[in-house]
Amino acid sequence: MLIDRIEAQKNPTKHTLVALVENKPGVLNRVASLMRRRNFNIESLAVGTTEDPTISRMTIVIDASKTNAALVERNLYKLVNVIDVQDVTNLPTVVRELALIKVRVADAQHRGEIKQIADMFQSRVVDVARESLMIEVTGEEQKVDSILGVLQDYGILEVVRTGRIAMTRG
Amino acid sequence: MKLTGAQVIWETIIQQGTTTVFGYPGGAILPTYDALVDYRDRVHHVLVRHEENAALAADAYFRATGKVGVCMATSGPGATNLVTGLANAMMDSSAVVAITGQVASHLVGSDAFQETDVTGVTLPITKHNYLVMDVNELPQVMAEAFYIARSGRPGPVLVDICKDAQQKMVDYEPITSVQMRGYRAIKPHGRQNLPALLQRAKELIDHARRPIILAGQGIKHGNAHDEFRQFVEKSGIPVATTLLGIGVLSEDHPLNLRMMGMHGEAYVNQAIANADLLVALGMRFDDRVTGNLKTYAKNARVIHVDIDAAEINKNVPADVGIVGSVKDVLRELTPLIEQRSYPAWMEQINEWRADTRAHDVLNVQLPEDMLLAPHVMRAIWEETQGQCTICTDVGQHQMWETQYFQHTRKNQLITSGGLGTMGFALPAAIGAKFGRPDDEVWAIAGDGGFQMSIPELATVMQENLNIKIAIINNNFLGMVRQWQELMHNHRYSAVEMWTPDFVKLAQAYGMCGMRAANMQEAREVIRRARAHNGPVLIEFVVEKETNVFPMIQPGKSLNEMTRRPIQPAALGGGMEFMKEKA
Repeated sequence: MLIDRIEAQKNPTKHTLVALVENKPGVLNRVASLMRRRNFNIESLAVGTTEDPTISRMTIVIDASKTNAALVERNLYKLVNVIDVQDVTNLPTVVRELALIKVRVADAQHRGEIKQIADMFQSRVVDVARESLMIEVTGEEQKVDSILGVLQDYGILEVVRTGRIAMTRG
Repeated sequence: MKLTGAQVIWETIIQQGTTTVFGYPGGAILPTYDALVDYRDRVHHVLVRHEENAALAADAYFRATGKVGVCMATSGPGATNLVTGLANAMMDSSAVVAITGQVASHLVGSDAFQETDVTGVTLPITKHNYLVMDVNELPQVMAEAFYIARSGRPGPVLVDICKDAQQKMVDYEPITSVQMRGYRAIKPHGRQNLPALLQRAKELIDHARRPIILAGQGIKHGNAHDEFRQFVEKSGIPVATTLLGIGVLSEDHPLNLRMMGMHGEAYVNQAIANADLLVALGMRFDDRVTGNLKTYAKNARVIHVDIDAAEINKNVPADVGIVGSVKDVLRELTPLIEQRSYPAWMEQINEWRADTRAHDVLNVQLPEDMLLAPHVMRAIWEETQGQCTICTDVGQHQMWETQYFQHTRKNQLITSGGLGTMGFALPAAIGAKFGRPDDEVWAIAGDGGFQMSIPELATVMQENLNIKIAIINNNFLGMVRQWQELMHNHRYSAVEMWTPDFVKLAQAYGMCGMRAANMQEAREVIRRARAHNGPVLIEFVVEKETNVFPMIQPGKSLNEMTRRPIQPAALGGGMEFMKEKA
């Protein structure tokens, strides 16, 4: 859409939306269906329960160079099961992502080096096998990106990332 | 009070004030149809011949009455047949509640006989939907369904109810108010500083020299006709309406320029293209209205009022965007503005209007053996003196109706706008007639659209509905043919249409059938049809290859209209008027 592009060019950052939704069957499907049919481009979507078991919390990251975040927010509100939506992009926020990374281990020396790298990133080795190590890393996306960059030389076998979760400070 | 789920469904429908339900029974909805026997004195069920038409009739019933339209179908094919009708209601913001039967709850997900994931299928084409597997949820869900359908921006809500939930008993008390955790009928984006926005709007209006109001269906839905007329008359700003906005202000009002958009009259689009302020009320800048967005009303500031926050800044950026019902907003805005008029601007518009008149196809003196659809529309208007409800189908005749029927009554035209659903006219006329039993109701359809809804002639007869059906027969899918002529270099592909003998067809249904092929016959059959106390089907045999002008071709700007060449009346019946000229 035209406006999308105009808005997006003004605002070439990632936007983080936090949506509180009713914890009912099919609600994730409704949100995903909205993104699909409106042609909204999302980077990640993380869902989990909250302190209130009847409410789930979704953290949605939007590439604002492709999609107007305000339009996403307003459309989310149209979903009957959505209780609240907040764009936390410009608020003081703690942002985290968790990743599991399986790295190839060629020999004992590599195993030691990888362990050192994991330590430097304050991440943990959570599984040790003859030809691989699994590392658990938590932090902002850039941190996950950096460790992935460093580990690339050893050969990354498998990666899973949760997508961003966010909570405003205070 | 202990009731079955089926009884809860009927109790809710009656409590909501809906007195007619359009539907088609089947296995999974049997308990509800069984319960209907005991409610027949309070609600009338209309047995349609195809579920799509139940949804379309319910849609038109809403538009005719303002009461929520209800349609009903069984599981599987019954429910999937509703889809087009629901999509139509979604696009045109019609409050419709669809009740569908679902297989018993223990069978859900097992690919049981006539099982379909109906809530999945209809998710993108409903405002909301429910799958009810437990009868205890049903009273609340039914109340919510009606509330969601009619509040805020109206829309269709589907309730899919398992067969056992219809059969089991539940404690029922009528629910009079609905509290929902997430749903808000009107939800502005962030905090809306209404006084500041109204002040800004007032300033834009004060400084405008060439303003125009774009009036949409939101005015109808909010029943804001009076507030709107007061605003128009105080502001002195001329009005262009959308297709669905026809009927928000009488078309004989001096400030009503009439319909805008792809087939709006030329002067209306010229006025918009040259405006310095657009006051958009309850409309959504559909692409058929704007043409090319990059060039759309380039020099205009925009005030946009809509009840749906997601419409503001969707297609056209608003200088002032106000989320709210038009009625509430105008009640605040009208007192702020000054009484004004725009003589120079109106003079300019009238100049364009005179030019438009010179292009008018009505200037053509028809040869005796020829009939043109615009002339038929004008004849229906003249003969009925505009005192009727019109339901049109989709295509050329639909656009000619907007051009040549002057709509002076509130919400007089019922048509399929956003979805453009062929086959709409006849089921819509059925729904409208139940909503307005004392009104003269006309269904106007092309030969293509009508052939999609022929089975409903049986419904008309079974219900003994006094509606008049006009078929504009050019043996073509006229609008598609027009596009092929103008945009595909005259390469006709799958647009020629054989049609049955419509008069005999009417007779086969036991209905009065007539035919007209020239103006004299046209007037004659319209008079006879109106005098006949019962359903009538008229076939108007019109010229095959004529085009709707003006036309803004897709992607073009408002000022790049394809116009009809000027045809002085003196030239008589030459055929040049049918050829396009850029």
